Amino acid sequence: MSRIALSKSSIPGRRAIASGPVGWSFRLRSLVVPVIAIALLVLMASLNIGLGSSYISVSDVLDTLTGGGDARTQGIIFDLRLPRTLSGILVGGALGLAGAVFQSIARNPLASPDVLGITWGAGVGAVSAIVIGGNLASLGVPLGGLVGGLTAGTLLYLLSWRKGIDGYRMVLIGIGISAVGYNIVYWLLTVGDVDSATRATTWIVGNLSDVGWESVGPVLTALAILVPVTLICSRTLSTLQFGDDTARGLGLRVDASRGILLLLAVLLASVATAAAGPITFVALATPQIALRLVRAAQPPLLSSLVLGALLTVSADFAVRVAPGATDLPVGVLTAILGAPYLIFLFIRNRRKETA
Amino acid sequence: MTALAEQGSKSRAAALSESARRRRRRRRALGLLALALFLVCAAGIMLGTKPIAPGTVWQALTDPARVEDHIIVRSLRLPRTLLGLCVGLALGVAGSLIQAHTRNPLADPGLLGVNQGAAFAVVAAVVVLNVQSLYGYIWFGFAGALLASCVVFALGSIGGSGSTPITLTLAGAAVSALLNGLIAAIVLGNRQGMETYRFWHVGSIASRDYAVLGQVLPFIVVGLVLALASTPGMNALALGTDVAKALGQNVRRTRVVGILAITLLTGAAVGACGPIAFLGLLAPHLARMFTGPDYRWLVPCAALTGAVLIITADVLSRVISGDTFEVGIMIAIIGAPVFVFMVHRKGVVRI
Repeated sequence: MSRIALSKSSIPGRRAIASGPVGWSFRLRSLVVPVIAIALLVLMASLNIGLGSSYISVSDVLDTLTGGGDARTQGIIFDLRLPRTLSGILVGGALGLAGAVFQSIARNPLASPDVLGITWGAGVGAVSAIVIGGNLASLGVPLGGLVGGLTAGTLLYLLSWRKGIDGYRMVLIGIGISAVGYNIVYWLLTVGDVDSATRATTWIVGNLSDVGWESVGPVLTALAILVPVTLICSRTLSTLQFGDDTARGLGLRVDASRGILLLLAVLLASVATAAAGPITFVALATPQIALRLVRAAQPPLLSSLVLGALLTVSADFAVRVAPGATDLPVGVLTAILGAPYLIFLFIRNRRKETA
Repeated sequence: MTALAEQGSKSRAAALSESARRRRRRRRALGLLALALFLVCAAGIMLGTKPIAPGTVWQALTDPARVEDHIIVRSLRLPRTLLGLCVGLALGVAGSLIQAHTRNPLADPGLLGVNQGAAFAVVAAVVVLNVQSLYGYIWFGFAGALLASCVVFALGSIGGSGSTPITLTLAGAAVSALLNGLIAAIVLGNRQGMETYRFWHVGSIASRDYAVLGQVLPFIVVGLVLALASTPGMNALALGTDVAKALGQNVRRTRVVGILAITLLTGAAVGACGPIAFLGLLAPHLARMFTGPDYRWLVPCAALTGAVLIITADVLSRVISGDTFEVGIMIAIIGAPVFVFMVHRKGVVRI
């Protein structure tokens, strides 16, 4: 009979778990942080679902989600309230994950879907739909966003491909694409009237208030495929950190693995942006927050995913309960909540930061 | 023995001629850029919806009369071109400085929160204090830019011995995002704020007169002098903080001077024209292709490149589109494909 033993491993800072001949060593923080974040996420999501014209307590929400509850509560939660919170979780998680992949590959904390042009490509599509479509824009906006984001992503990919993908070249080309998109978006704002400019700004900041099942369904399907594939493919990411030559020497197919990861991150960011707009700051901040909480060498993917979802859902909750914040798009609050926390974290970790 | 010595002197001679060639190439690049700048300035005054002959322009400048053409030159085209010149120089220099101090090739002068600080101050001035004139915006924009930049620098330096590239970058990104959130919160609830914000935000050098230029010129001059004076220190800084210290550099002083110059230059530019995105990033990258990484050459070349770019974009906007596209948009539409092409074909010089 084999015994499972948890012990200190010979690698500093790691615990080892062993059962007979099979063993695994891990860092405590890289497990504890996502577990705590998931617990908080469940709590915030339940609180968020409970809000509305009839209040539902956290325990009732959890009960109903796991299959219990009466028909009326089930109807309210599944038909009316779940789409908003679910899309917050999905979009936030996808943006956090995409940001972590981009930042790891480019080895640059500024590399986010914003800087790479995907967000602004989606912005051109969505804002054109708003400015041209006027009041009939509700259907065209997600579609325009998706088409724009994917177009920008494809362009980024094709233009950076030159006997393989180089992280630095990709980021610079992304900046070029993003500059064009950004300027077209702000030019479009001056073309329409002031109401469509307001609607467009709401979209640019990121908004969850008018999502229903018809927009959550496709996102759920897409992310159910993309997220696991990304997490599986990310195995090679830590080897890529050593630089191309070392990674190649260690037997990694550098171009293939980097190309696939980038493609996945582009898809994640495009789908998320099309669903709820580029929720400001999530893709930039959560990988950096996760990095400092886990104390890892590169943005940890799983923690970035969970923290992205947590930040977005918490911001959505704050939008709905804070006095005077009602009707604000969620992106306003992700920045207002996320920025001070990131600043706090890096001031606290100041001595460990290296140039 | 003699063969070795001979070989040594040969390679030394080769190295010498190599460095001489590089110096010659840089001098030629600087000269060509200056020439290009003169040409586009001339084009900026002559071309537009109504082309004006060089002779008439000369007359208008030396011996003005109350003729339509002279009035167009003196009160419309000249201030616009001069403002473009100043702002282009300022943003080109600020861009190369911010990339040096954050050691990040993706940094643009707005990274220190300058653009968002200015935008926030302008929006707040419109909504809270009901300021309506362009001159009012300039001072509020400039003050907001200064304040945001100071906050970022202070946050980047808390706790340790001065700011480092990574803390500056993250502090800048975080403060910018925070201000963006606040701006959105204000303009979404206020029609007047939205109306001002959306037109201010595209960035334009049109319909500004000499008074605007006069207000921001002193800050730009001081900023340019500080920037040029700090270039030797920046070369040492590019080797990393520790090496720079070991070489006897006063790292903290170089950084403070650099950040001050960036703030003055970008703050003045954004106050006068609104945020002109991408120029501050594009100019140093293009200039680096001629000069290489030596900041004593890079900074002046980036300044000239910035000015050439902005005036060219302005002229093209007037000639092609009859002034419907603001200069910021034109820079992105023309500059980005050039930038992408050069990065794709030639690769880029790494920082």
